Amino acid sequence: MTQPTAPCPNCGAQVVFRWSSSVQTVCEYCKSILVRTDVDLKKVGEVADLPPDSSPIQIGTEGSYNHKAFTAIGRIIYEYEQGNWNEWHLMLNDGTSGWLSDAQDEYAISFAAPGRKLPDQCRVGDRFVWDNEGYEVTTITKAHYRGVQGELPFQYWDKTDVIFADLRSLTGKFATIDYSDEQPALYLGEMVEFDALGLKNLRTFEGWS
Amino acid sequence: MSAGGRTPPGKPQTRALNCPGCGAALTVRSFNNAVTIVCDSCHSILDAKDPNLQILQQFKAATDKDRPHIPLGTRGKIRGTDYEVIGFERRTIHVEGVAYSWHEYVLFNPFKGFRYLTEYDGHWNDCSTLKALPDVVSFSSPPKVKYLGETYKHFQTARASTSFVLGEFPWQVRVGESVEVSDYVSPPRVLSSEQTGNEVTWSMGEYMLGRDVWKAFRLPGSPPEAKGVYENQPSPMSGEVKSIWLTFAFLLLALVVLMIGFDLSAQNKDVFTGYYKYDSNQRGEASFVTDDFEVKGHTSNVELKTTTDLNNRWIYLNYALINETTGQAFDFGREVSYYHGYDSDGSWSEGSANDAVAVPGVPPGRYYLRVEPEGDPGHGMTYYTVTVKRDVPQYSFYAIALGALLLPAILLSWRALSFEHLRWAESDHPMISTSGGDE
Repeated sequence: MTQPTAPCPNCGAQVVFRWSSSVQTVCEYCKSILVRTDVDLKKVGEVADLPPDSSPIQIGTEGSYNHKAFTAIGRIIYEYEQGNWNEWHLMLNDGTSGWLSDAQDEYAISFAAPGRKLPDQCRVGDRFVWDNEGYEVTTITKAHYRGVQGELPFQYWDKTDVIFADLRSLTGKFATIDYSDEQPALYLGEMVEFDALGLKNLRTFEGWS
Repeated sequence: MSAGGRTPPGKPQTRALNCPGCGAALTVRSFNNAVTIVCDSCHSILDAKDPNLQILQQFKAATDKDRPHIPLGTRGKIRGTDYEVIGFERRTIHVEGVAYSWHEYVLFNPFKGFRYLTEYDGHWNDCSTLKALPDVVSFSSPPKVKYLGETYKHFQTARASTSFVLGEFPWQVRVGESVEVSDYVSPPRVLSSEQTGNEVTWSMGEYMLGRDVWKAFRLPGSPPEAKGVYENQPSPMSGEVKSIWLTFAFLLLALVVLMIGFDLSAQNKDVFTGYYKYDSNQRGEASFVTDDFEVKGHTSNVELKTTTDLNNRWIYLNYALINETTGQAFDFGREVSYYHGYDSDGSWSEGSANDAVAVPGVPPGRYYLRVEPEGDPGHGMTYYTVTVKRDVPQYSFYAIALGALLLPAILLSWRALSFEHLRWAESDHPMISTSGGDE
């Protein structure tokens, strides 16, 4: 697998894309947010210092889900009234991309699920059925975009306030409706146990192993 | 693969903090997961998300200061994972004017996240938040919740207010704030819902013995004794009741097989029949001996039947079953009496004109009977038949055995029921034993 590389238009450092479909990345050296065009990289912004967070996941963390190996290659950090949480962008070994959400060490894996009928808005307690699974809205979270790191499958750098509806099912399935764009976007997945992901190359915490 | 893009191994941002209220040093154990921190010295509740640690609330704890059984900072192993105690709170409910309090310990592991231990009167629960959605069956009475195939019965709903806090919490905590808490039980598990606004948080607790908590956290001394029966405490009899009835069923089956086996193999054969009469008016020796008869097979019982034409009279028969060769004798007496008549209550009867008795352990051989009848003089003639039957199945033995098997099972079931009685006595749905149904 050849990895597309290009020099950072801001500082000239070599920027490597781990995933050929990545649309956006952040230069490790100068923190410029870079968007891929047909020919080269364009600087669209700069990442402010990331807020302190305690996710044990980091860029380069590897694991497996449904017998598919994955690597965390990017993330979006959101902030809400109870602190912040991470949406880690996963590159799976079958070429697809997914998301590992870590909110106060509660983990969920989800995948973009386009083409389903979505409500324009929803409230806690509302119920929906997608792919023969019944979901109920359990929380509505008002959050704001706080920063990005690494590679993402879309351009994501000028967001401010976002609204997420989290849903759960009777069997432990998990869904999120992302209301940050005009068209709501659905992600379907499930709540996962930390141990079930077989994670390697985790961040270390002093005094903990 | 290039190693580029990998962040340097992150160091947790441990912060050296001081309480803005009193200046005391604060320890933050859950890194940036802490939402509120409580100063142990001045009981200020601080906003952990604010770099200046703004004081959100200060509460008076001088009079009801609580010391956690497991000190903050203690690490222990729960289900194979190390957890550190980072927070402690006391929560209180009021039922009919009486305050009941329990304690909650916040446990943290930087990879696995949060877990909770609760303690009430020496009863412990290991709790974690639910991953799937529980299914509330509200139309049933009492309400039920189904979760991953298991049904939980509603136990209690009450408003729980936070009355004391210590350490750090992954949520906004304030002393005095209250939420509605509902518990649903399926021992040894309990599902709890906490409602704030329109959002419901669910957690599951599993009953834990105090000594297992002490072992997990290597605590000195011994845990406080558990008082009474707790809502999801597993009944010490719950498994035994099932197994004792299972054992009973097996033994009953064995008994039935035994009975059928003996019934089928029993000879159940008439070996002697004699027809006699006795005149009580006649003076002199009434005793006589019968002809001899063959008793076959292995050592077993014989049944001696006396059939009479008694009518409002009695007769007493002294029997001896004598072995012709060895002289071994089985002596026994039988009173046969039958009375009947009419009185103000209608017809009545007492006794029977017939009698049967089993003589156990009779070896094979040639036998004869010596019979000595007695009766009231003046009663006159009694006609009677004596029948000897070899190897007759005896059902009374099976009835006694059945009783002996049944008794422990019933006793244990009764004890299990009284345990459930105690459990539900503290709930919103006490069991009613005497009359009426569940309201």
